[in-house]
Amino acid sequence: MAKAKYNWPARGTASIIGKQQDRVDGLAKATGAAKYSYDINPANVLLARALGCPLAHCNIKGMDFTAAEKVPGVVKVAAMKKKGDEIRWQGDPLVVVVGTCEGAVAEGLKAIKLDLEPLPVFVTDEDLDAAEKAGRSGGGGGNTQLENEAPEGEDEAKFADKEIERLLKESAAVVDGYYGIDVITHMCLEPHGSTCEWNGKQLTAHLSTQNVSGTASQYAGPLEITADEVTIHCDYIGGGFGSKFQVDTWGVVAAQLAKDIGRPVKLMLDRDVELKTAGCRPSGYIKVRVGADKDGVVKVWDSHHWGTNGSTPGGIDQGVIPYVFNPANRRRKRTTIVTNASPTRAWRAPNHPQACAMSQTAYDDIAAKLGLDSYDVFLRNLPSVSNKKAELYAEEMKVAAKLMDWKAKWHAHGKGPAKGSVVSGLGMAIHTWGGGGQAGGCLVRIHPDGGVEVSMGSQDLGTGTRTVINMIAAETFGLPVEAVTVNIGSSKYPRASASGGSVTVAGVSEATRRGTQDSLRKLCELVGKKLDVDPATLVAQKGRIFVEGKADKGVSWKEACSLLGMTPQEVKGEFQRADENHLSSSQVGGVQMAEVEVDKDTGIIRMKKFVAVQDMGLIINPRGATSQIYGAVIMGIAAALFEQRIMDPTSGAFLNAEIADYKLPRLGDIGEIVVELYEPDSEYERGVVGLGEPPAISPCAAISNAVCNALGVRVPVLPMIPSRVLDALKKARTA
Amino acid sequence: MKDSRSSNGTGGHSRRAFLKGTSAAAAATAFATGAGAVVAAEADSKVVGPGATPVTLNINGKDYELKVEPRMTLLEVLRWQLDLTGAKPVSVDASSGAATVIIDGKPAAANTTLAVACAGKKIQTVESLGGAKPDPVATAFVHHDGMQCGFCTPGFVVSVRAFLDKNPKATEQEIRAGLNSNLCRCGTYANVIQAALEVVKGGARG
Repeated sequence: MAKAKYNWPARGTASIIGKQQDRVDGLAKATGAAKYSYDINPANVLLARALGCPLAHCNIKGMDFTAAEKVPGVVKVAAMKKKGDEIRWQGDPLVVVVGTCEGAVAEGLKAIKLDLEPLPVFVTDEDLDAAEKAGRSGGGGGNTQLENEAPEGEDEAKFADKEIERLLKESAAVVDGYYGIDVITHMCLEPHGSTCEWNGKQLTAHLSTQNVSGTASQYAGPLEITADEVTIHCDYIGGGFGSKFQVDTWGVVAAQLAKDIGRPVKLMLDRDVELKTAGCRPSGYIKVRVGADKDGVVKVWDSHHWGTNGSTPGGIDQGVIPYVFNPANRRRKRTTIVTNASPTRAWRAPNHPQACAMSQTAYDDIAAKLGLDSYDVFLRNLPSVSNKKAELYAEEMKVAAKLMDWKAKWHAHGKGPAKGSVVSGLGMAIHTWGGGGQAGGCLVRIHPDGGVEVSMGSQDLGTGTRTVINMIAAETFGLPVEAVTVNIGSSKYPRASASGGSVTVAGVSEATRRGTQDSLRKLCELVGKKLDVDPATLVAQKGRIFVEGKADKGVSWKEACSLLGMTPQEVKGEFQRADENHLSSSQVGGVQMAEVEVDKDTGIIRMKKFVAVQDMGLIINPRGATSQIYGAVIMGIAAALFEQRIMDPTSGAFLNAEIADYKLPRLGDIGEIVVELYEPDSEYERGVVGLGEPPAISPCAAISNAVCNALGVRVPVLPMIPSRVLDALKKARTA
Repeated sequence: MKDSRSSNGTGGHSRRAFLKGTSAAAAATAFATGAGAVVAAEADSKVVGPGATPVTLNINGKDYELKVEPRMTLLEVLRWQLDLTGAKPVSVDASSGAATVIIDGKPAAANTTLAVACAGKKIQTVESLGGAKPDPVATAFVHHDGMQCGFCTPGFVVSVRAFLDKNPKATEQEIRAGLNSNLCRCGTYANVIQAALEVVKGGARG
């Protein structure tokens, strides 16, 4: 069979792809040499900070900057809102102060006088009744699927009511459950912001962004220039997680101020405004009745869920409930709640972690109710998975169970041995995600002296984008990784997709492989001519280009490149999703298992062991992939046990908007984490699929299920902070 | 579960250093709010300021003659005057560890330490662990991929360096108990533990 024009090395033949590779920019990051937007210090740069609104809901009656403008070192005070504006959440930026140093700006911010008219506040999104009373709830849709059709002439809704009641009545076990997960914030350690400098009409924005190729026009419009006059520069970004696709109002203001003042301006949000405004994830709460047969196979699902997207309506998409599992009879209803909180932003696998935590917990409660092993209940429900990956999940469950030693450790819910007040438990969950590469391009330049550059307007959120591009280019050209230079992080390079939806690695891999294979073919034409052989017989390996199978019939890489004469060879690599012959694919599964210890006296939960089995198609850099999964799991531990946005119900104030108060796990809190990259030949052959999001989905449900298995009592709402554990135990005792 | 920020004796930050840091932060606030009196930092009774005042700081083995306002933190001076941007501004207090530097051999949060209080002391930043011959801690972080976005990484590298200077034979358990002053959002802890262990074993590729 003729080889496809673009292909990956046959399994086992690659010299770089699939091997453990150190991050190529690792030392720069580890020694402080890597420059983030916050670190860019052009000559004469000024510091700017934004003042967040102190009230959660108010009208602006007036703002007085007189005293602020007189503070020594303050250069300019600029309004971001105007008199008469309605402010809908605490921390919405009102004013920017520009000055020469932190102290001057801080004094300037304190000297601003605000005249605000308070308005009614609503922030208790878990309380559906209160939301309805406050007029903050709205319809969020719903739909029903039933095995049986309504008889002709019968009202469909009434028939559904009857069918669902019948099915529940016929079930061997019914769980009437309540589950939920609070709002969490992105908490990027580098806050949102930019350092902006002008050169005549040209703006360079050193922007902390996960969207290098897509943000120039966001500056251009408001600043009345065109996008070609804007350069977005971001070599390193200190966390994004879905919250940094936009320039944001404060980004445009920074550029405008730099222009007005005639000096570069650095405007990074402070931690308080960052947490209150620049990124959070929707909450989700659900009431559900689940009916199953005696084996634990779910026959009917009937749920109503709600939650908040902050000041704009929304919440968890109903399409992912119940999560992954899709029982034949299911009715779901959604209510959206508007609160006085900042609008949510995309957060690592939007909707999925919450949906998983709200529904695979109910599946686990079916196991508890029937006294069955949760593993068996998950296994028996696999035929209903919506992504047709039942066999894959079954295989991955086997692998995970072995790594966890599930069978040996399993006990029925609440029936395990206790060590004093400490009990342990196991829980699991499964997930799915797309992760297909998006359209994009790269420029592959081979210099006559042998140098190789690959340039792409992509970014590295921490995924290891540079390393992936570098490995693929080196593989194609048969060179060591060090021989290739990778340029990313500028909007002046060929367009790449934003890093969202786990599309980056698949996208840059496909573009790089195509570009470098085309580039090599072009170079081989020259080599073929020189050696008087068919260029199609040439291969590039170990720093040489030679006739396949005849290592001595060839030239060194340098010699080959010298055939270019004086001019570098440039080839554009490009692909569209619709192109044939994909080197990438989409859709992954994944199985995770948690083992916890819970102290019934203190309510404290400790992670003991966590197993993550993950497929992702063909793996470029196993070290980078493993890191991504560790990170996703640790983030999941955070949401399951530690982090929550705490709002004061009366004032709407975000009470814990500082790092010291916003609890996150530390190095000592993570227990043992075991990662298994699941890559059988069937996965390798699919090509590259993105990985960033999927492993962040299951931890909350898996950990909640483990806690329930330990205690025999469900702690319904995440995070499972000690007080909630104790409340759940108390409620169970008095029930 | 232990309070992850409490000191257990092997930790990078002692409680005393934390309290000192807190008082420095309070002093910085007093300046920022325009309080007339100038508070001398820590135990030093010498009064300076309120305007920019000359100070010599010894950073990474080199003396820098600087003019700093007494309210300026060491972090602000490092980042804005010296362009040493490895230490990061992440939290208002010392709770993130991202601004960790080593002062006279002990880890300290540069964002809660006043620059004028550092005169006469030896300050070591993460940049001193790089260069042509990087510190084994830095190379171990690379080899074990103890980083993702990398924004917390310099502070973490400095904390691990200081921790291992004090506990060169630390066990995994001691590492898990003693390196809780640094916050990472991407979730690199599992790899950081391995990096620290590799340095203990002397296997780091220097």
